[in-house]
Amino acid sequence: MLLGPIVWILTVVICYFFIGHYWWFPPPISQHGEAYDAQFTVTLWVTGVIFFLAQMALGWVIIRFRDKGGVAKYSHGNNLLEAVWTSATAVLFIGLVLAGTRIWAAVHFDEAPADALRIEVMGKQFAWSFRYAGPDGKFGRLDIKQINDANGNPFGIDANDPAGKDDLTSASLKVPAGKPILLILRSRDVIHNFFVRELRLKQDIVPGMEIPFHFQADKVGTYEVPCSELCGLGHHQMRTTMEVMAEADFEKWKRELAAQK
Amino acid sequence: MPESITTDIIGGRGAPPAATGFGGGDGDSGGRGASRRASITGLLVLLAASVMLFAAFSSAFFVRRGLSNDWVNTPLPRILWINTGVLVASSIALELARSALRAGRRAAFNRYWTGATILGALFLGGQYLAWQQLNDAGIYLATNPSSSFFFVLTCAHAVHLLGGISALGYIDVQALLLRLGPGKRTAVDVSAYFWHFLDAIWIYLMALFFFWG
Amino acid sequence: MSSPIVHAGHQAPTGFIRRYVFSLDHKVIGIQYYFLALFSVFLGMGLSLLMRYHMVYPDAKVAWFEKLWPTGAAGGIMTPELYLSLMTMHGTIMVFFVLTTAPQSGFGNYFLPIQIGAEDMAFPVLNMLSFWTTFLALVVMVAAFFVPGGAPLAGWTAYPPLSAVGPLAGPGEGLGQTLWVFSIAIFSGASLMGAINFIATTIDLRCKGMSMMRLPLTCWSWFVTAILGLLGFAVLLAAGVLLLLDRMAGTSFFLPAGLVVNDQILNHKGGSPLLWQHLFWFFGHPEVYIAILPGMGVASQLLSTFSRKPIFGYRAMVYAILGIGFLGFFVWGHHMFMSGMNPYSAMAFSILTMSIGVPSAIKTFNWIGTLWGGRIRFETAMLFALGFVSLFVTGGISGIFLGQPALDLYFHDTYFVVGHFHMIMGVAAIFGMFAGTFYWFPKMFGRMMNETLGKIHFYLTFIGVYAIFTPMHFLGIAGNPRRYADFTNFEFMGKLMPVHTFMTWAAIGTASVQIIFIINLVWSMKKGPKAPVNPWEATTLEWTIPSPPPFDNFAGKHPVVNHGPYEYSVPGAPKDYIMQTDPA
Repeated sequence: MLLGPIVWILTVVICYFFIGHYWWFPPPISQHGEAYDAQFTVTLWVTGVIFFLAQMALGWVIIRFRDKGGVAKYSHGNNLLEAVWTSATAVLFIGLVLAGTRIWAAVHFDEAPADALRIEVMGKQFAWSFRYAGPDGKFGRLDIKQINDANGNPFGIDANDPAGKDDLTSASLKVPAGKPILLILRSRDVIHNFFVRELRLKQDIVPGMEIPFHFQADKVGTYEVPCSELCGLGHHQMRTTMEVMAEADFEKWKRELAAQK
Repeated sequence: MPESITTDIIGGRGAPPAATGFGGGDGDSGGRGASRRASITGLLVLLAASVMLFAAFSSAFFVRRGLSNDWVNTPLPRILWINTGVLVASSIALELARSALRAGRRAAFNRYWTGATILGALFLGGQYLAWQQLNDAGIYLATNPSSSFFFVLTCAHAVHLLGGISALGYIDVQALLLRLGPGKRTAVDVSAYFWHFLDAIWIYLMALFFFWG
Repeated sequence: MSSPIVHAGHQAPTGFIRRYVFSLDHKVIGIQYYFLALFSVFLGMGLSLLMRYHMVYPDAKVAWFEKLWPTGAAGGIMTPELYLSLMTMHGTIMVFFVLTTAPQSGFGNYFLPIQIGAEDMAFPVLNMLSFWTTFLALVVMVAAFFVPGGAPLAGWTAYPPLSAVGPLAGPGEGLGQTLWVFSIAIFSGASLMGAINFIATTIDLRCKGMSMMRLPLTCWSWFVTAILGLLGFAVLLAAGVLLLLDRMAGTSFFLPAGLVVNDQILNHKGGSPLLWQHLFWFFGHPEVYIAILPGMGVASQLLSTFSRKPIFGYRAMVYAILGIGFLGFFVWGHHMFMSGMNPYSAMAFSILTMSIGVPSAIKTFNWIGTLWGGRIRFETAMLFALGFVSLFVTGGISGIFLGQPALDLYFHDTYFVVGHFHMIMGVAAIFGMFAGTFYWFPKMFGRMMNETLGKIHFYLTFIGVYAIFTPMHFLGIAGNPRRYADFTNFEFMGKLMPVHTFMTWAAIGTASVQIIFIINLVWSMKKGPKAPVNPWEATTLEWTIPSPPPFDNFAGKHPVVNHGPYEYSVPGAPKDYIMQTDPA
């Protein structure tokens, strides 16, 4: 019978920590992030209420219907009740998914705007590289035989392709704030995953695929990027940052990077 | 001592006693009937698993085929058509054997069943030849995705067939040693059904490679 | 020529080997599986303690680490690659050799034939072979620890290319990974053998009067679980074969062109890493239902028995089991929302995933409905069944977040997922096994387990598992990725260390408490008070035969069933329970 109050106490403690936001999302930095948080909150409330009521009910029946002598109720069930709570559950659960469809669609069904800034991302064991097109606006061809990490060519930009001469390679991601960004995700070896908590976005990076992934970051700041798909013994060290800069600062950074080549 | 492990597995004379659930008694038709049902169910379940295995390989086949441009249709060696004929003939022989057994014509059963077993072994030999011929033409397991699937699928089929031949062979030996009593009827039937299933899988594989290569 | 009357099983076997090693008796085989799972769970738990310790004290120097792993823990400090291999083996051993084994092959083997009134499984020799094949699979798996390079590090999910390119990808990815694939293939074969037995037995060996709709819910669970295993493991076997060929034969099923691993250009071309994921999860999702359905069956059984009430909505419960089993084959893509697969298919998988929540909810409501109006007795077995319900709610609820691709954009591969599946599999399913143990121990061993020790073990474990696994959800919300050997490289993770530390000590404490269970189990087997035929006053067929049962279960008799399995507190009946075999 002790179990009843224990279930109640555990439930209250758990709810307390969820409501108190003790360990929580970092603030969002995009409109997508805000939409995400709204959907999460709705889901949290729905599931929280169900969680609370179910555990409370369990605790209650344990206490109320402990054996005190007497006779148990002989019943094989109640079809009406069955129908009601089944339908309610179905409506709630499927409703939640449909409500989130717009968010998913915005990320994956919609194409990036035509003027999005294209940045190529290369994941490898165990580091990130990012490539910008340079003034000609074109990315040079890639040739894996020309990959040379020591000489700053992790992408393997083909030396014979003039379009690649002005490509800029960086170990961290820098983007202008308030502008649509289109990442082209590539991996050289195994599956990795690009994740920025503040964007509320992540995407697996699969060798053999070039995966487009677009977003827009609105708040200036530097955000950590942890690889989020097991990629080997250095998985926990595969770190970079995404720095969201005012547009002027971003252009300045690009010029400085070009000057260093 | 149980008569044999195989009869325990596939039912028949040394049937598990649990089979006597309906009506009770040992060795009466109720007992054998129930164990026959269990054996047929068991076989159907095994076939379901096998279908899933080949379905998994097939879906991988189609996905891989659509993925990139390095798919080169595997040329089917002529001997495969002969093998197909041999396998179909063996199935027909099994059916003739079973019908002879039902009519009590033991000698005919022995001839047809032995014939089927030999044809089955010939099929396996023919498969080996086919693989050799492909190798001689420079087509190996890893040559290109189509050849990879060809070897994987035909090998998977051959492994199943080895099991089938063991069953056919066991029954054959029992028959030739005059030990094929009525209690082994289920074993005969189950082995034959399994064999026909492998036939069907083979025809499916031939069609798969003929049309989609 | 042997006598036509003598059947294999009607004579009790003699000799140690025939009775205890290569036994054909489903009861002995069930116990063999149970102890294999018990060994595996302690091995898996040990691995998890090593993992949790390392995550919080990554630079700790532990002398015996070096003794066990001279390369992986040189100087007594665990390397990340060693951590990952312990993690891989923890997941693999727990999922396959514990969760797929004890609830189904352990209890199911022992009690399915008895509960349906049969003398044994349909194919006893196949049953014996299925155990020893499982045993072989475990030996091969454990061998991976001892080969050069050690155990693999690609996770229990073994995604290529990491799992397919061989030792270039890291230590353990050589022979260790190969042995892992072989072990899984062998295990798949063993599961198929078991499934054949369970399905044929349930369909064909039911005694007179035992219609499908009079089956105890345990039997329904074992039956549907067997079907899931049958169809799922066949696909896993196919996937394993293809992975082995990519590793060893130069094929490119899963490996694309252009791979540069460890500065070496590999010659594969055209394969797809996603193909593995599809095949693996087509098995992998039914697998998790294999892990939980038997526990649900046990929970239903116990909640009804110890409330002295029929199960609420028997038919609905059956449909829910069938629904979960059926739908379980169509939701595998929810493990792949972020994988790069077609985003439209993600929506389809999502809707189906949420639909599976419905039969699960039905079961939960019905469990509570069963307790309502009951006369609840709180024996340890019942406590674990009640705990199962609570944990199933908690674990299932977090699935509502993960089943939405929109929310999975953040939660995929974080500790939110780890918390979710541990709650459901690592805890709820385990509680199902504990419940089954305390419930059926008297029948299996003829003695009662100690209730005091049982209750202490229960309460400490129940609170302990909540303490270990609930915080994982908060870590996930904070964005803590999973499968990280340590958290020292990221600023935001540094802030989460107190949570990790709390979880580690909760884990060490809860693991230590399990000693109480082992003491109870072992001591009771030898010295527990003798068990009566029906200590729980339950209605199903196992409680009509002696504790422990005779060799052929029903001593040559053939039970006839006249009642459903949950006739408790029937108005007008002389006792508050009617056995299934009582006269009509």
